[in-house]
Amino acid sequence: MVASTNTAQQVKELAEEKYKYGFFTDIESETAPKGLNEDIVRFISAKKNEPEWLLKWRLKAFKYWLTMPEPRWSKVIHDPIDYQDAYYYSAPKSAADGPQSLDEIDPQLLETYEKLGIPLKEQERLSGVAVDAVFDSVSVATTFKAKLGEVGVIFCPISEALEVCPDLVKKYLGTVVPYTDNKHATLNSAVFTDGSFVYIPPGVRCPMELSTYFRINAANTGQFERTLIIADKGSYVSYLEGCTAPMRDEHQLHAAVVELITLDDAEIKYSTIQNWYPGDENGRGGIYNFVTKRGHCRGRNSKISWTQVETGAAITWKYPSCILQGDNSVGEFYSIAITNNYQQADTGTKMIHLGKNTTSRIISKGISAGRANQTYRGLVRISPKAEGARNFTQCDSLLIGDRCGAHTVPYIECKNKSAIVEHEATTSKISEDQLFYLRQRGIPPEEAVTLVVNGFCREVLQQLPMEFAVEAQKLVGISLEGSVG
Amino acid sequence: MLEIKNLHVSVEGKAILKGIDLSVQPGEIHAIMGPNGSGKSTLSHVIAGRDGYEITGGRIIYQGEDLTGLAPEIRAAKGIFLAFQYPVEIPGVANTTFLKEALNAIRRYHGEDELDAMQFVKMMREKAKELGIPEDMLKRAVNVGFSGGEKKRNEILQMAILNPRLAILDETDSGLDIDAMKIVAEGVNNMRAPERSTLIITHYQRLLDYIIPDKVHVLAHGRIQRSGGKELALELEEKGYAEFGEAAA
Repeated sequence: MVASTNTAQQVKELAEEKYKYGFFTDIESETAPKGLNEDIVRFISAKKNEPEWLLKWRLKAFKYWLTMPEPRWSKVIHDPIDYQDAYYYSAPKSAADGPQSLDEIDPQLLETYEKLGIPLKEQERLSGVAVDAVFDSVSVATTFKAKLGEVGVIFCPISEALEVCPDLVKKYLGTVVPYTDNKHATLNSAVFTDGSFVYIPPGVRCPMELSTYFRINAANTGQFERTLIIADKGSYVSYLEGCTAPMRDEHQLHAAVVELITLDDAEIKYSTIQNWYPGDENGRGGIYNFVTKRGHCRGRNSKISWTQVETGAAITWKYPSCILQGDNSVGEFYSIAITNNYQQADTGTKMIHLGKNTTSRIISKGISAGRANQTYRGLVRISPKAEGARNFTQCDSLLIGDRCGAHTVPYIECKNKSAIVEHEATTSKISEDQLFYLRQRGIPPEEAVTLVVNGFCREVLQQLPMEFAVEAQKLVGISLEGSVG
Repeated sequence: MLEIKNLHVSVEGKAILKGIDLSVQPGEIHAIMGPNGSGKSTLSHVIAGRDGYEITGGRIIYQGEDLTGLAPEIRAAKGIFLAFQYPVEIPGVANTTFLKEALNAIRRYHGEDELDAMQFVKMMREKAKELGIPEDMLKRAVNVGFSGGEKKRNEILQMAILNPRLAILDETDSGLDIDAMKIVAEGVNNMRAPERSTLIITHYQRLLDYIIPDKVHVLAHGRIQRSGGKELALELEEKGYAEFGEAAA
């Protein structure tokens, strides 16, 4: 409530900034040779001092990747990706050996994160939020580690987890998204460089929000992070990721993988505010955001909830999904996707009901402006053994202007007669009447659009942790800039 | 306050208003009456600055300034308020949020400090109480699921909060039962002030039983056919608009 009333003002303040995260930090980095081959995979693994089993896994993935065709079933259109024209490892030199404390971090890096609004320095941190900061290929800082350690929560870069708790990583890595899953996820398996690892021990309610900020800085560099979150029996964690990148004329690839696992009675709430550089108003540059996110409700009564606010990236291709294996488990997907100018998004979710009395809920809000094209693609699959399964899907699209498009592609496969599956969909435009009504009350057009869009997204915005709801609302306004008149 | 001089307006090439002259002084309430399709709503929308209306001749002078070319939100900031015949629904946006945004946008325009949430809610509650508007209506999304009467009362609430210099009520009485109409009339009467002018646009005379106008104008075929005092409304009630149909033919 308070958050939304401030929106228009904040949007106004930020209106001149356009993409304010578009700066580049000139920092000395260590970079692997350009291109992709087996040596690069070995190079990355060696850089990280990885155990033999992981290197073997990477190499298997790489060999398999070579045989895979590009996925062509989505509605997104782009030139073929030249995988040899990119760097697969780039690390700020000062961080390459892993800083032992925040004092050892390059001040320029700290400054970068401050510009992004993410203070890493002890005294300035957001209270109640622990942050892992990933810069190009490596994690540069994780805050509040000690405090989390007191309750047994492990929150660290995945490369560090390989040293701290190698057995946990080995037990769970690749068990939700196998290395054969899809072209982008397989590439990630071969060349992933860093990402966050979270383990919540049995019965622990994580005392603070965990968050990771991803930043692509170097030119021609892809970012391939891998996130693995395990909520052991009866535990709870809320996790948030944010992403930004400098403005560049060429496209950059971001192919991440996120795996979530909940055991009996555990819950993971995963929120994303994705604000990669979207390209300019003519469609030049921008990030290709090809991400595989999947949660596995392994235990009974467990729950995984995805919330995403996707405003950036030239192309977004992602389907955060839930495999509902444990009886009575719950999967949720709340999504806001905004595309403006020439942005494309093909996004949605998959809810795979395997266990008895499993429920899923999908609320998707898509907003298209300019010449943007957007597709909601969702699968609800009820397997023969999913007695009493229940799904509710609501899929709303809002169009601004008359050159954009919205498409809804729901797939429903129901193999159990006791299941109840509901699907509702609407498409609407911001009407001339609404705009005139708001303007007649004194509200300028851009603020009026922001107000209508925030209202349209309310159900999803409410799902975000309070600290981030305000940020998300601001983003809504900025992303739609120039879409009126 | 408002001087309209020889105003000609077309919509999609079709002439709707064909030479309107109107002069409203501060503190006055004028009623504009006329049959359906006479151009009443066009007149209210043109004063408020809605797109899609082409002014082909004449001028609208408000507080000494020609309004031509000013955006609707600027006119609103300068004190023009239009109570809509069909108030628009804004799903997901609470009435309180909407009105706070509106009031603060206007305050910003005038270089005044914005009200914070606490100050605003306090003021809104007071106004709502005066108008007999229940609290839950403030929390609900703007006009969504409101009955016809609630929508019109919501317009009056907005008017009370935005405190305009020139209020235009476009067929505010349409679709209201007698109780709702009394509430609306009371709201308008309470806001009667020496520095405020009101334009009531209506088809029927009955609202004018509760809001006594200083002047009544009959609009038909795009022109003001007759002007007079409040007794003109009663005469129309008796004789209907037939006379003006012939006069214009």
